[in-house]
Amino acid sequence: MRGVLELRNLSKRYGRTLAVDDVSCTVRPGRVTGFLGLNGAGKSTTIRMILGLDRPSGGVALVGGAHYRELENPLRHVGALLEGSAAHGGRSAYHHLLWLARSNRIPTARVRDVLRQVDLDDAGRRPVRGFSLGMTQRLGIAAALLGDPPVLLFDEPTNGLDPAGIRWLRDALKGFAAEGRTVLVSSHLMSEMALTADHLLVLVGGRLLADTPLPEFVAAHGCLEDAFLELVSGAGR
Amino acid sequence: MSAVRAELVKLRTVRSTPITLALAFCLSAGLGVLLGSAFRSTETANFDPLFAAFYGVTLAQIPLVAFAVLAIGNEYRSGTIRASLAAVPRRGRFLAAKIAAVLVYLVPAAAVTVAAAFLSAQAALGARGVGPGDAGAPEALVGAWIHLVLIGLFALGFAVLVRSPVVALGVLLPFLLLGSQGLGNVPVVRRVTQYLPDQLGWVIMHLAGDQDDPRWARDYGPWTGLALLALWAVAALGAGYAALRRRDS
Repeated sequence: MRGVLELRNLSKRYGRTLAVDDVSCTVRPGRVTGFLGLNGAGKSTTIRMILGLDRPSGGVALVGGAHYRELENPLRHVGALLEGSAAHGGRSAYHHLLWLARSNRIPTARVRDVLRQVDLDDAGRRPVRGFSLGMTQRLGIAAALLGDPPVLLFDEPTNGLDPAGIRWLRDALKGFAAEGRTVLVSSHLMSEMALTADHLLVLVGGRLLADTPLPEFVAAHGCLEDAFLELVSGAGR
Repeated sequence: MSAVRAELVKLRTVRSTPITLALAFCLSAGLGVLLGSAFRSTETANFDPLFAAFYGVTLAQIPLVAFAVLAIGNEYRSGTIRASLAAVPRRGRFLAAKIAAVLVYLVPAAAVTVAAAFLSAQAALGARGVGPGDAGAPEALVGAWIHLVLIGLFALGFAVLVRSPVVALGVLLPFLLLGSQGLGNVPVVRRVTQYLPDQLGWVIMHLAGDQDDPRWARDYGPWTGLALLALWAVAALGAGYAALRRRDS
């Protein structure tokens, strides 16, 4: 049960728009699950609902069988990289991770470990406002890893990463899955997902249209991009 | 406790904390000297040495209000609030930790601010000055201290409610500056304005004028004023908590 992420009839309505429409699925440990969709398909909203940041209009999201909001020291259960959850610009990377560690009773030594893991140990004492986009993204990944959680959620983690960073991230994601963690990665970069994911969830207009192993999804079309665009355009008709 | 420790790290590691708190001290000490010097040789009918001490507090409270607003407002501005609520998902626990950490700084800072205002003003008043143990002074000193802490908590609650340091300060500052011009003493509107949060500490701080004079007498006593301010603070924090629970982050 630990590490399994379960969505049951999850929905989110903003006024008259259904951003997430009755999504049910189980995200399992030991593999990289790619979470695909066009901009505005509901990926980020779904991830925010899993984390208890947005309230579902219907349904539930369960982490290891529990609601996120009920978890004690949740960073030890779920690590997340979110869009637009930046560190305060005047604070150093080290201090940003330090308060996160304090909040969940994570040993201070972990802060240095994760800074080293994302290759920010030299920049750790500098204010975050001087960071490049890629460095900010790596700090976000360090924050996700801080509690050594069995579940990792990454919302568009490749944003701002350079080719070396993308390669590093891809190997890291596969490594986390190989360690038996549950890894959910949202992206709209098909070529990158084709190299990284083992399993796919595809959201189109808030609805889950595919919950399939990658090879099966691709098989009929030869490449992931074609298969994805076919599914998206088919749904629009 | 872990949530409180996290909030203390946050406050310790931003520059706005030392800047706002030092500014409160400088303003209260500086205004105390200015006001004390002004009253030293001026003949006024109802001279009150405590007025000179505490009038500066109405301006020195502004950086303390800014401190409380920024403690949460900065999180909304930078997006850190999402990381905070992911780390401490129970909204009540998060807000309680934020309040506790703010109090760790605000309670001593308010005490120092009040002491600086009083001592500098009385020293500048020379022979007309009073000591901290003289009639009315202990009550006024404690009252001013409590006033500053409560106004800070009110500002914190308001900032949670509006989710923006710019909006919170944009509303609170003009209102505190107008208040220092004696909004609660303006004859026509005073029936209402005397109950505004920044006015309720004025009786105990000897800023509302001679309370035996019907022109200035307020409809509440010194301690009742502070109790009403405490209600404002509780209401603002309660509204902030309700909003934090209900809305998406």
